[in-house]
Amino acid sequence: MKAFSYVNPSSEKEAVAALKTDGIAMVIGGGQDLLARMKDYIDSPDRLVNVKGLDATMTSTPDGGMKIGSAVKIIDLFEHAQVAKLYPSVNAAAIEVGTPQIRNQGTVGGNVNQRPRCWYFRNEEFVCFKKGGSRCFAVNGENQYHAIFGNEGPSHIVHPSSLAVPFMAYGAKFRVLGPNGEREIAAADYFTMPTLQNVLKENVLDDEDILTHVILPAPGIVKSGHYEVRYKASHDWPLAFSTVVLTMSGNTISSARVVLGAVAPIPWRSKAAEAFLAGKPLNEATAAAAGEAAVSEAKPMSGNAYKVQIAKTAVKRAIMNAAGLNTV
Amino acid sequence: MKSAGVTSLATAVTTATVAQAQTGPRLVGPGDVPVTLMVNGKRLELKIEPRVTLLDAIRNRADLTGNKRVCDRGTCGACTMIVDGRTVYSCSTLAIEVQGKQIRTVDGLASANGAMHPVQQAFCDTDGLMCGFCTPGFVVATVAVLEKHPNATRDQISKGLDGNICRCGTFVRIMEAAMKARTVARG
Repeated sequence: MKAFSYVNPSSEKEAVAALKTDGIAMVIGGGQDLLARMKDYIDSPDRLVNVKGLDATMTSTPDGGMKIGSAVKIIDLFEHAQVAKLYPSVNAAAIEVGTPQIRNQGTVGGNVNQRPRCWYFRNEEFVCFKKGGSRCFAVNGENQYHAIFGNEGPSHIVHPSSLAVPFMAYGAKFRVLGPNGEREIAAADYFTMPTLQNVLKENVLDDEDILTHVILPAPGIVKSGHYEVRYKASHDWPLAFSTVVLTMSGNTISSARVVLGAVAPIPWRSKAAEAFLAGKPLNEATAAAAGEAAVSEAKPMSGNAYKVQIAKTAVKRAIMNAAGLNTV
Repeated sequence: MKSAGVTSLATAVTTATVAQAQTGPRLVGPGDVPVTLMVNGKRLELKIEPRVTLLDAIRNRADLTGNKRVCDRGTCGACTMIVDGRTVYSCSTLAIEVQGKQIRTVDGLASANGAMHPVQQAFCDTDGLMCGFCTPGFVVATVAVLEKHPNATRDQISKGLDGNICRCGTFVRIMEAAMKARTVARG
């Protein structure tokens, strides 16, 4: 990797200030994604700004929700009793991230902001849209792990974050600090669909912005479920996965949030499945029909139609999981 | 890291980029900077660039070559070390970022008289290896699992060793070794 200078700021403001440079400055959290990208010359920053020293706490908020520092390690997120109690699907997603070593090092902020896993993006030789080029090699190439929703282009990546999906399902907000102060952004507005103007990024963060906190609202009377499908039982990214958060009135679903991961350039909220679920009893038949609804508008690429079935099953099983039904 | 050892370049840039006296946190590098590591209970004073990983610092500068550099991308586990009680991929950890932490490598597991750690002994006894290149990482990861869960179940061991890969496919024997070390370690 290219040599870089290194800054270890002691406050959020210092971190933001340290990102201002004539060269390229980047934030390093756990480094599990960034260092691999640097070794492969996908990114060659002149300066790294360490944000592991920033807020790594998980605290209750006055409204009964939780505020999670970006520097929280994924293993600590998993082991936190209050997170597990209030947001079981965040807990379920956390333990499925990577491997023990990655969870021990990787941070919440790093998981949310990691770059796509697309093999063209990850290969120095393929100068795709995301690296300033003028094509997406997945279109006529090997696209078995690419998007089945949001395939309008120009880029056909799937968003790589496992935690972003339950965060969005629970209605999280992201606190961002930049040179002009702080702002809170709803998860739905944080992640951005690719356009020719913003295809180099997957979210709204500007060059001198840092994600400091994930703020989860009080969950309310909900049942939630999370289900991931992957080739290997471990150390693998999911082919498709889903988190559902169901607001219950007795055994009837009064409203639902259904979010899918690894299927689109952003964590993909299925309005069709949510509309279907409202007013339905929580049972296996409802789960299966919601799965059908979730993929009704899927537009797979040449080599990934198989993922439609997997996404459908992930939604169905996430709902069954929420209902406490056996999914095996 | 194709260029980790380019010393002439490193020397050239060192003087030009020592931290400017400005307000705010100190900027170090890209040339050599002093880095102090506590490895297997011993203090290591190094002068290395910020880009040097924990693995390369320990293998190339401290001559502790037990942990192996295989994928160098955090996907194989051969470089697994224990930092403050938790396993990490040392290839995906910058040495500059683990100063002040207790680092343990496979080299430090045996006791002073040379007797192997019970986990190392169990790997030998159960023939838990073939080519042996992944073994240092597996041994360290197994030590970490058993220190956290002295009575670990098969599932806990399996989950704890998720981040390590053996291309020879000796997983069954590795599981045997871990189960055996568990009883020995409890002793």
